[in-house]
Order: sequence, then structure tokens, then C-alpha cells
Amino acid sequence: MSGPIHIQPGETFTLNVGPQHPATHGVLRVKMEMDGEYIVKAETVLGYIHRMHELMGENRTYPQVLPNLSRLDYLGALGYTHGHVLAVERAAGIEVPERAEYIRAITVELNRVASHLFWFGAFVMDLGGFTPLMYAIEDREYILDMLEAVTGSRLTYCYYRFGGLYNDIDDEFIDRARAFIPRMRKSLKKYDALVTGNIIFRKRLEGIGPISAEMCRKYGATGPVARGAGINFDVRKNEPYSVYPEFDFDVPVYDECDSLARYKVRMDEMEQSLRIIEQGLDKLPDGPIMPKKKPKLIKPPAGDYYQAVETARGSFGIRIVSDGTKNAYRFKLRSPTYSNMSLFDEACEGMMIMDALAMMGSLDLVIPEIDR
Amino acid sequence: MSLTILNAVIAVVIAIAFAALNAAYLVWAERRGAGRIQRRPGPNVNGPLGLLQPPADGLKLMTKQLVIPGGADKALFMVAPVLAMAPAIMSFVTIPFSDSIVARSMDIGVLMIFAFASLGAMSVLLAGWSSRNKYGVMASVRAVSQNISYEIPMLITVITIVMMTGTMNLKELVASQSGGIWNWNIVPSLSSPLMPISFLIFFTCSLAETNRAPFDLGEAESELVAGFHTEYGSMGFGLFFMGEYANIVIGASLITILFLGGWDCPLGLFPGVWWFLLKIYVLIFSFIWIRWTFPRTTIYGLLNLSWKILIPISLFNLLLTAGLLKVF
Repeated sequence: MSGPIHIQPGETFTLNVGPQHPATHGVLRVKMEMDGEYIVKAETVLGYIHRMHELMGENRTYPQVLPNLSRLDYLGALGYTHGHVLAVERAAGIEVPERAEYIRAITVELNRVASHLFWFGAFVMDLGGFTPLMYAIEDREYILDMLEAVTGSRLTYCYYRFGGLYNDIDDEFIDRARAFIPRMRKSLKKYDALVTGNIIFRKRLEGIGPISAEMCRKYGATGPVARGAGINFDVRKNEPYSVYPEFDFDVPVYDECDSLARYKVRMDEMEQSLRIIEQGLDKLPDGPIMPKKKPKLIKPPAGDYYQAVETARGSFGIRIVSDGTKNAYRFKLRSPTYSNMSLFDEACEGMMIMDALAMMGSLDLVIPEIDR
Repeated sequence: MSLTILNAVIAVVIAIAFAALNAAYLVWAERRGAGRIQRRPGPNVNGPLGLLQPPADGLKLMTKQLVIPGGADKALFMVAPVLAMAPAIMSFVTIPFSDSIVARSMDIGVLMIFAFASLGAMSVLLAGWSSRNKYGVMASVRAVSQNISYEIPMLITVITIVMMTGTMNLKELVASQSGGIWNWNIVPSLSSPLMPISFLIFFTCSLAETNRAPFDLGEAESELVAGFHTEYGSMGFGLFFMGEYANIVIGASLITILFLGGWDCPLGLFPGVWWFLLKIYVLIFSFIWIRWTFPRTTIYGLLNLSWKILIPISLFNLLLTAGLLKVF
């Protein structure tokens, strides 16, 4: 093999996008059959950072697995640990004090805003605009500092415990969270002016990267991807958990099915999360953050338990089959990005590579969460 | 005879020094500017205000190993970066900085600059193709179609101006605009009412010709990794990088000479090289500003813009100006 590449007219060639590629945001590999700039066929190859979290969940006790859950999605880690504690609490029948539930909701929503902010920056960077990422990171930094003060970590949180929390929030956290809401609303206006109204940005997204509702149902896509296709499904509304029924918030749904719709869903979700945080801070009850009575060793009675939560990326499900011992018999994670990514192969056929990668950006991929 | 050769050598050395200095410090300016726009400091550690960053970067690049990928066409692979930098330097020879500061005033100055600018597309093509990288090949195909489609409206605009002034000598082009802002080509006159639009067309085409964002499809990092220079490291990459900035200076100089009256003062007072430098650096700053504000266009959006909008408008302007010149 030497000399320049010879490609005859009409001949296709294989392009390996990844595992090391700037657009895949991690170690995802997409084998693309290319006809010039057009994608004839794409095949997603997964598994480059598979760490067997499910098997670890079966070999370790429930508290031991807890930190693993935040290693799934490093951007929205709290949502995943929330799913785990809710599932185990349901299985073992542990009561959670109300204050703890409220703090969980507030921190999860803060984490969702942080995750969406990072997605916003990375997505615009996929389209070639570098500056919004810096603005988004500045706002995200504020959230991370705030969460660091109560949880002790900045990225892979292990804040929730079975039955409550590791640490109560203090007045400083409440003050900072209250100050954050108007600041973030101002930032959202700024992002709108800088990015959403930009003609190049709109031209690159409007009508590009169609993902229909049928395709979402076929592959089980959830979250902003499904809501951008007109499917009004949000686990927080449809299968309420925790204290979410207490909050008044909307589920943004757009039915244009294009990349812009998915962008708008996420931008609107940030506003809705701010509303939840606001209400949560107002309603925050006093009381303990851990239940008085809690089993020393968590041994759920034999049975099959399932809990779904709405994370930043979509519906995250966790299934625990217990045989009554301190380890789970079967520990199954249903990660939203895995399903969202599965439709990429079908959706990107016939698209140009730059539009396909813009669409990939609009799926909000976090690779460790796909591979688990 | 020997004196003219010496003159020419000195002129070329000064041109190279100016190009290299500009290229090095524009990288610094770009990074500081980007830092400002993005609310971060940018390079500020090496030297006061980070002014020693460009020499440090240069040293780093020069001491690195030049890796030639297996299967690459060695000769072309080596030639391509040189071809990116050399035409840019050559173009400086004919650019008049002021009435007296010009290395070689040529009657075909405009033609020469555009001839060399076209060579720049060649270097991108060779770089992508010879490095035996699929991303490189895709990028060079993009870059060539981009360069071809943007040279057309650019040249049509230049023909309009050459028709108005009746000269291709850059010095005479500036001389014809001297005497204040109302004499500049950008200001519409009876015989050329669409000149501000021509200026916008030329400005857009300069952005596209220098492969700057939002038209940087040849090195679109989110889809083509690093585009045509994916396989380049060391000074090969360094030359591409410097060539880009040298081309920006050429583009800004051309805009200044063709539309903004070169070294002429807006009010007709104290014309001199300082006005020329002020104008080109303001233009360069606007290039930097645009790059850090806008996302990238698509390849079809880019070609549509050229073939469906810029070329028809510039052709219309050419015909209109030709007709009006006959009338007035």
C-alpha cells in the first residue's frame, strides 16, 4: 500500500470515525461507508470502554455498587445514583424523609442544568463555534462549586444514601442556589441571542437530521431526542417518583423532528429545571435527612424490582432481581444513550458527513454511559 | 546591475521578515483576542502579556520530528507546506505600504497576487492528497471546490474596480483614491452605485479564500479531524499555520488597497504607512472576531452562497458599472 489514494467515480470507501475522533466525544467508533461526502451505510461499534458495571452490580453489595452508578454518566451523575437509591429503597422498603427527597430533587435538577450546559457548549463546538462552550463552562463551574460544597466531589458524585443523604445542605448552599437562578436565566437569554438566532446555526440544524417518532419508538429512544420528535414522554410526569408530583413544571415538546427541535427541547428544559429548583427551595421542609430506622445490612426480599428516572439524557431504568441475599441476583441497567445511539445508523443513511455529525451531537452522547 | 539584484534581495528579505513576524504575532493576537472574547486570559505566561509565546511555539515546532506517514508521496508531502507559505511571501513583494514603501511596483500587481493566491489552493490539494489520509483527501476536495467558487466572485469584483480605475498597478489604484474618504472605492459614486455590496462580497470571499471560519471547511475539526494537515506535525504544520496568517495579511491588505484607499487618510490629512497598517489590523481583528463568534457553514451552504448569491450579484454589478461608466 503506497502512493496516493485512488478512488474511482461511484466507488465507495470506508471511513473510520473514531474511536479517536473529535466529534465522538469519547471512544465511540462509527464505521461509515462513504460515497464522497455522503454516508451510504453506517455501523456503530461499541464496547471500547466497557467496564462490566452490571456484573459488578451482581458481585458487590448494594452500597458497594452505589459509587459505580456515578461512573456511568460523568456529566449528569446524580440522576443515575438517584435511580439506584430509589430502586433499592423500593426493593428493601426503606422510608425516605421528605427533606432528603427535596434536596435530591434540587441537586438532580442542578446537575441536569450542568449537564445540558456542557452539552450546549459541546454541540455548538461540533458545529464549529468554539466560544459558547467557554460561556457554558463558566455557568457550569458555578453549579459544580455549589455541588462540591455539599457533596464533596465535582463530577462523579456519591451523595445519596439508601434512605437519605450523606450530608445536609446549609444556608450557604441555599443562598448560592437562589442567586444562581436569575443568573442562569440571564445566561439563557444570552445563549439565545448568541447562538439560537444565528443564521448559520439555524441553517445547519433546521430540517437536518430527521429522527421521526416512529424511529424513536422502534429503537426506544427517550429523553430530549424523543421529545424533539413530538413524543410527550417524561418519566418525571408519566411515572412520577420522589417528590416530582409536588412540582409545577412543563415538559417541552417539539414535533419538528430535526436537530434544532432537540436543541430547543434541551434549552427549554434548563428553564424548567430552574423552576423546579426554585419551587424546591421554597418548599424545602425541615427535618432529618436520614430515616430513624434503617436496616444495617440491605437485603431486599426476593423479587423483581424496576425503577425508572428521567436523567439529563433520557429515561434511565434500573432492574434489580433479588434472591434475598446482600448481592443482587441480576442487575440490569437501561441506559438512555444506548437506545438513542442505536438509531444513529438508520438515521444517518444518505446524509452528508457534516450533517450526520451535527445530528450525532444533538443526541447528547456520553460514551461511558453507552458502554457501561 | 548588481545594485538592482541587491535591491531585490533586500526587498524579498524584508517581505519574508514582515510576513513571518506578522504570522507569528497574529497567532498571538488571535489567541489573546479569542481569550478576550471567551472571557479567559489567553497565553499570558511567557513574557509580558505572553509576547514570547510565538517564539516558544516556533522553537517547539522546529525541534519536533517531522513524521512522514507510510504510503505518503514523500516529495509532494514535503512540497505542500512550502507551497502554502511561499506564495504568501511573494505576494508581499508587490504590496505598496505607502507612497514610497513598496518592494516592486508592478503594472500587473493585481494579477500577480491572484495568481499566487491560486497556488495556495494547490498546496491544500497536495497536502491532503499526498498524505494518504481519507480525511485529508476529503478536506482537500472541499478546499479546492471552495477556492474555485470563491475566486470567481472575487475576481469579478476586482475586474469592476480595474474597469473603474483603469489600472492593475496597486500603487496607482491607491493613488486614484487619494484625497479623503469620499474618493475611496467603497463609497458609491454615480458610475458605481453598488460598491458597498462589492466590498461585502470581496470581504466574504477573502474569508473563504484564506480558509477562515466560518468557511474553514478544509480543516473542520469536528468532522475531518484536522482536515488537510491531519498528518502534518513539526514545521510542516507550522508552515501551514504561518501561511494561513500570512494570507490573512494579504487579504486585509488587498481589501485596504482596493476599497479603503490604502495609505490614504479618511480626511485627506497626513497620508502614510500608519493609515495602511491601521486599516489592515482593524480588518484582521474583524476576521478574528468573526472566527470566534460564528459556527461553521456546511459545504453545500458555502457553495450555494457563492454560486447562487455572490456570483450573480457581482456579475450584475460588473455589467451595471460597465454601462454606467459608458454613460457618465
